[in-house]
Parts: sequence; structure tokens; C-alpha cells
Amino acid sequence: MSDASGGIAVGSLLLALLGGAMRVSTPFLFVSLGECITEKSGRINLGLEGTLVFGAMSGYGVAYLTGSPWLGILAAGGSGLLLGVMHGLLCSLPRVNDIAVGIAMMLFGTGLAFFLGKPLIQPVAPTLPSLILGGWSSNTQIQEALRINVLLPIGIALAFALRWAFVHTRWGLALRLVGDNAAAARALGYPVVPVRIVATAVGGFLAGIGGAFLSLYYPGSWNEGLSSGQGLMAVALVIFARWDPVRCALAALLFGAAGALGPALQSQGITSGYYLFNAAPYVLTLILMSMSWSSGRSLAGAPGELSLVNR
Amino acid sequence: MTDSKYNPDRRKVIRLIGGAGAAAAVQMLPFGAGLARAAEKFTVGVIYVGSRDDFGYNQSHAQAAAYIKKLPGIEVVEEERVPETIDVEKTMEAMINEDGAQMIFATSFGYFNPYVLKMAKKYPNVRFAHCGGLWSKGMPTNIGSFFGYIDECEYLSGIAAAATSKSKKLGFVAAKPIPQVLRNINAFLLGARSVDPKATVSVIFTGDWSLPVKEAEAANSLIDQGVDVLTCHVDSPKVVIETAERRGIYSCGFHVNQASLAPKGYLTGAEWEWKTPYVILVDNAESGKPMINFLRGGLKEGFVKTSAFGPAVSPATRKISMAVKAKMLQDEFIIFKGPLKDNTGKTVIASGVALSQQNPVLESMNYLVDGVIGQI
Repeated sequence: MSDASGGIAVGSLLLALLGGAMRVSTPFLFVSLGECITEKSGRINLGLEGTLVFGAMSGYGVAYLTGSPWLGILAAGGSGLLLGVMHGLLCSLPRVNDIAVGIAMMLFGTGLAFFLGKPLIQPVAPTLPSLILGGWSSNTQIQEALRINVLLPIGIALAFALRWAFVHTRWGLALRLVGDNAAAARALGYPVVPVRIVATAVGGFLAGIGGAFLSLYYPGSWNEGLSSGQGLMAVALVIFARWDPVRCALAALLFGAAGALGPALQSQGITSGYYLFNAAPYVLTLILMSMSWSSGRSLAGAPGELSLVNR
Repeated sequence: MTDSKYNPDRRKVIRLIGGAGAAAAVQMLPFGAGLARAAEKFTVGVIYVGSRDDFGYNQSHAQAAAYIKKLPGIEVVEEERVPETIDVEKTMEAMINEDGAQMIFATSFGYFNPYVLKMAKKYPNVRFAHCGGLWSKGMPTNIGSFFGYIDECEYLSGIAAAATSKSKKLGFVAAKPIPQVLRNINAFLLGARSVDPKATVSVIFTGDWSLPVKEAEAANSLIDQGVDVLTCHVDSPKVVIETAERRGIYSCGFHVNQASLAPKGYLTGAEWEWKTPYVILVDNAESGKPMINFLRGGLKEGFVKTSAFGPAVSPATRKISMAVKAKMLQDEFIIFKGPLKDNTGKTVIASGVALSQQNPVLESMNYLVDGVIGQI
């Protein structure tokens, strides 16, 4: 530190964290909501990291070719949907483990995205517009923190809608029943396998949109290092959120803020230990996981059919 | 988690398939024809740590590789996204044994120690050209280290940045605190202070060469703190330059020309011209002269160049910058001269000492000069 202000400007730091949460959390949010739906049906899709990267690539490609970022979002969701269907179908074969298929899908999704995405690194695609909610303030930092993408409010609204739908709608009930007790669902006449395939497909759709956010809004370009494990962290986040969409949204915002901690502190001149601060989201994952897995109250709220759960 | 962890080893697969295919093909050729043809070609392997068209460091090397590929008698084999781990060793061995590479350009800093050193001992007849490493006596003589004094361009960028800035707060998004990066940050600051003694440079280290989300976050945090000119030293400056343009501030490029990404705010930039050392080293190898173990050059030697000025740079600023550049081209300009203090107050270059560009002391720089806000 040299001639910068001596202490930490706490207000400015909090604003930076808020800004970070607004900017960085959307991919976490969409992937975790998608994974939440999939896991509610009794399956885990670890391949969402691959779906995220593939969504980022296809969204960028389509936005570049058509000139419309919204078509890009749609394409990303569509390609995520296809990858989800693929996972769903593969897992429906006898004696196929969903976690193993998920890892395979992760490699497949990222590999294919890198392969097809080669010619897309150079071109500049149109990015998504942002909502300016901070116009009332003269402070540019507040204005920037509150310049958000429309996908974020959509995602948060979706989280509340999902929480409501899981409990109050017929398909929500069917989904939970299939995930909690396949035998009971079968006895009641619910088609277990099709419900799971649809749940995985919808999960893939949302994860694809999360990827498109990365390439079309923030940071807003396609390259091979775009995702630093956001897809995987989002899967962990679902477990932390105990399969509750609203808690998923909160956890996503928390992770976004944690990701902003390192750069925010450094920009204020607090640079010792920046490796540690940069690792904050990952450390947070570990801490939250160990907290939520502590013996005694482990896996409260976990769908009974999930392969994580001992039966 | 990095992507490379679950990126399957492509070369291994290719080696398995290609090895079998090549063996069969050679057997089908008339006796000796395969070998005779191989002797005419000089095969050069080029290894990149990232993607060849990343708008940055790897692209600057790929441009040079594309240039030497067109030279008669030269064959180029390339591999992208090779991590700075034992993987690069495997890649080098595969290039030597399967592709018959007689010369390897290992372009990433972290390839040098221990991987290139180890391979150079194992294959004394192959030439290893490494970008950025510091070759010293006692190391295998079939290694050549080449690099460009890009800090000259950074100094010129610093001039344009400080002269154009309103807040006089400049920002630098850096990957890792290695000597080359620190030298660039310091040169940028010294250039800035040459036109405005009150200018500061705030640094954020992201921790790795390619972390787009973190780079965007770093750029935004710096802009939030009032920085109005950004530059960077990461593998692909695309994200930083685009973020700066989107937020309506100025930027200076790095590695290659990024003016097309920021038509309004792009001031100038520091670019590599790797084809100069590539041609020197390949010519040298083809004519059988001993390997040049230590090859360096700056603006004067044509190893680096500056981007054309953007519209925001005033004619007066252009004049200052061009005058300094002219001196550099004459070898009459010294960037690092005493008395110089680091940002903890310690004297790093004593009064009266002038370190010319060629001085190897500069290549082990481990400090940030006074005026840089940040810590290694």
C-alpha cells in the first residue's frame, strides 16, 4: 500500500461486493435452479458445467451470426436442453450411474464447445442490454452496482415461482414424488422415467442460459477459460441450499459477492494475501459443504431417490 | 478448478492414431523415399499455453508461427492449450519423436523450468527456443531464450495514458507478479510520471493468465475507484479492453492490437513482433550455426511495436510520445535509472545508476516502484 487512503473504505467495499453479487451471480443462479429441478426428480446432473460452457459458446455464436443476443439466449437454452435430454436418456438405461454420466457429459460439453468455438474467439457478438436501476444516485459506483442484467430479476422471480410450484402445482408434486419415492410414484401412475428426463432437460435449459449470460453479458465474450468451475460450484450450491430454489438464489448472490471480494480489496490497496481472497468462493464452497454435511442433520430435505442418499 | 483438468490429452490420442498411420505409410513408400523427403524439411514445433486466436499473447506467437510456416522448407506443427505442467514435456517429446521436430518454440513462461531444461538435456540435437526465460551459463547450450523489451512500449503507453487521463489514476490488471509483468507495470508508471508526477497506477493481480470473470471484476473494481485508463498484462486483454470501452473510459492494449475492440477509448498499445526473433532463430538453425542462447530486442531491433494512436490522444501527447520513441529507436533512452524507490520506500536503483535495457538485472525485477498502488 502506498499513498492510497489509509483505512478500508467500508462503504465502498460493501458497494463493490453488492456490485459483484449483481454481476457475477447470475450463472450460479441459473445453473443451481436447473440443478435443483433435476435433483428434485431424483437425479444428479454433474454435466451442467459442460452445459454451461456449451451454452456460452452456442449463445455467443448465434448472437454473432444473427445479431440478436436474445436469439443467442434461446439457442443456449436449446442446446442446454439437448444436452439435458442426452443425460436424461443415458441415465434411463439400466444400471447406468447418473454421476458417471454427468462427468462424461461435462467432458463432452466442454470439449465440443472448445472444438466448435474455435472460430468464435475473435469476433465480437452483440451483448445483452442492462437495466439501469441506479439512475437516482449521483455516485457512479452505486450506478454501476445497480446496472443489472434483466436475466437476474428473471432468475430471482423464477426461484420464487419454483418454490411455489414445487408445493402448489400438480407437476411440482409429481416431480417431488418421483424424486422421493419412485415406487410410490409408479403406484400412483406417474411416469417416473419421462418425468426425470423432462426435469433433466429443463435443468439443462436453465444451465445453458446461465452460460449465455457469461458470454453475452458478463464478462461478455467467448473464450475457453470462460467458466472457472461455476457449473460445478452451482451443483454444490444446490446441496447447500437444501434443494430450496429461494435459498439457491441467496446462495448464488453470496457466491457472487465472495467472488468480488479479491478484486474489490485489491483495488482499494489491500493487496496482501490476494491469493486467499481470490479463493474466497472456493473456500466458501468447502466451508458451506462441510457445514451442511455435518453428522446428525445431514441431508435434511434431500430427495429420497438421489444417489447421494444412502438407502 | 481449471478446464485443463478435464481436457483429455489430445496429443496422446493423436499420437496413438497418427503413429500407427505414419508407420504404415512409410512402409508403403518406395525404399528410402520417406526418409529423403523428411531430411529436406525443417520441422518446427510451436507450443502455446492458450488458444491461438485469443486476441493476446498466444495470438502474437501464432502470427509469427504463421509467418515462418510460409518460408520455404519449413514445416510447422502446433499445439494449443498446453498447461505449464508435465503436459508440456509430453507435448515436446511427442513433437520430437512423432513429428520429427528439430526445433521447439516453447512460448509460455512456466514451460522453462524444469520442463524445457529437462528436455534439452534429453535431446541435445534438438533446439529449444523459449520465450521469456532467463538462460544462464551452465544450462544446456541447445536452449535459446528470446524476449522483447516490451516495457519500452509500456513506457510510451504510460505517457499517453497519463496525458489523456483526467483523474490521473491509472489501472493495471495483471496476472501474476513475475519479473516481466512487474517490469511492465513499473515502465507504465514511469512513463505516466514523466508527464504527470502525481499519476498513480493501481494494480490488481488476478492470480492466473486467463480468468475472464475475474479480469472483468478487477476492471470494474478499478473503474469504481476512479481509474480512467486501464491496461493489463494477462493472456487475453479482450475482456479488460471491452470492459473499459463499455464503461466509457480509456484503455491501452497489450500483446496485439486491440483497437477494434475499443474504437473510442483505445489510446495506444504495446505489441509483440515475434516474427523477428523467430526468423533469426530458424535461419540460424537451418544454417547450422550454434544456438543463440540469449536473444533480446526492443523497438529498435523490431521485436516489439506500438499500436497506432487512437482518436482520444491529443496531438501534443502524440508529439511527446513520438519524441521518446525516436530516442528509444536511437538506443538513447533509459527507462530504469536511479534514484528509484519502490513503493515501500526502499531504494531499488541507487542514484547515478542507469540500467540499460540489455541489463539482465532488470529481468529479475521483484519490486513495484513508488507510485504503484499494490503489493506483490
